[in-house]
Amino acid sequence: MKSLEELKAIRDKAKSAINVREESDAGTRIVVGMATCGIAAGARPVLNAFAEEVNRRGLKDVMVTQTGCIGICQYEPVVEVYVPGQEKVTYVKMTREKVAEVITEHIVNGRPVTAYTIGAYQN
Amino acid sequence: MRELSLNLLDVAQNSLTAGASLVEIGVLVNTDKDLLNIYVKDNGKGMTQQQADAAQNPFFTTRTTRKVGLGIPLFKMAAEMTGGKLALTSQPNVGTLISANFGWTHIDRMPLGDLCGTLTVLIRMNPHVDFVYIERFNDKEMTLDTRELREVLEGVSLSNPDVIAWIEEFYKENSPLI
Repeated sequence: MKSLEELKAIRDKAKSAINVREESDAGTRIVVGMATCGIAAGARPVLNAFAEEVNRRGLKDVMVTQTGCIGICQYEPVVEVYVPGQEKVTYVKMTREKVAEVITEHIVNGRPVTAYTIGAYQN
Repeated sequence: MRELSLNLLDVAQNSLTAGASLVEIGVLVNTDKDLLNIYVKDNGKGMTQQQADAAQNPFFTTRTTRKVGLGIPLFKMAAEMTGGKLALTSQPNVGTLISANFGWTHIDRMPLGDLCGTLTVLIRMNPHVDFVYIERFNDKEMTLDTRELREVLEGVSLSNPDVIAWIEEFYKENSPLI
C-alpha cells in the first residue's frame, strides 16, 4: 500500500535537494496546447511524456506548462518551445513517441527537430 | 474524444479557467441502476444560469480565437448517446457543478480511458489548486484529497515528480475501476 510515510520520505528528499525551484524561474518553456482540440487530438500523453522526460534527464531550467487553444486546431497536438534568446519553435501533430527526440535534440543539443515543426507540415 | 477521461480533463480545465481553488471530481458507477455519473464541482467564479445554459450550445464561447466552444457540448453528446443527460448548474461567485449521467452498459458509452492520466495532468499543471478525486464502483470507493497530501508535504510542491509518481501508484493500488 502506498502510505503517507512514503510521501513523507519524498518530502524530506525534496527539501534536501539543492535545486528547489519555483515555477517563475526564467528558462526554457515547453508549452502544450490543452484546449478541447488539443485534448481530443492526444495532448494529454504528450504533456505527461514531456514532464517525465524532463524529470528523467534531470533538466533543471526547463518548465513544462500548458495553454489553451493556439488557433491551429488541425495541427494539434501543438507544442511550442521557447528557449531564451531564440525564436519560438512550434511542433505540430506531436505524439508521445516524438517527445524524447525533441528533448534530446532541441532542448539538450540546441537543434530544433525541423521535421516535426509546423513549417515542415505546411510545405 | 475517444475516452470519457478526456472529456473530464477538458471540462475540468473550465474550472481552472474560472479561477477555482478547489475542484471536486467524481466518477461513480452503480451497476444496480446501470448508471455512470461523472461530475466536476468547483468554487470558481461561476456563471449566471443563462450563461450556463448557453455553454451547452456549441456556437457559444467566451474565447476569441474561434467562434465555437465544443468542450461541454461534446461531453453532453457523449452522455445523451447512452440515454443519459448532462446538467450544468452555476451561480456567480459561488461556483459551478457539471454532472453527466451515462448508461453504464450502453453500447455507445465511450470507455473511461486513462483517468489516472487526467488526474495527474490536472495536479501537475495546477499545483496551487486543490483537488478532491472520488471514484466509486458500487460499494467500493477511493478518495484522493490533495489537501491531505499538502499537509504532509509541508511546502513541497504537488507537481514534484516523485509526488506525481506516488499519486500514480496510489491510484493503481486503490482505484475500484481498474
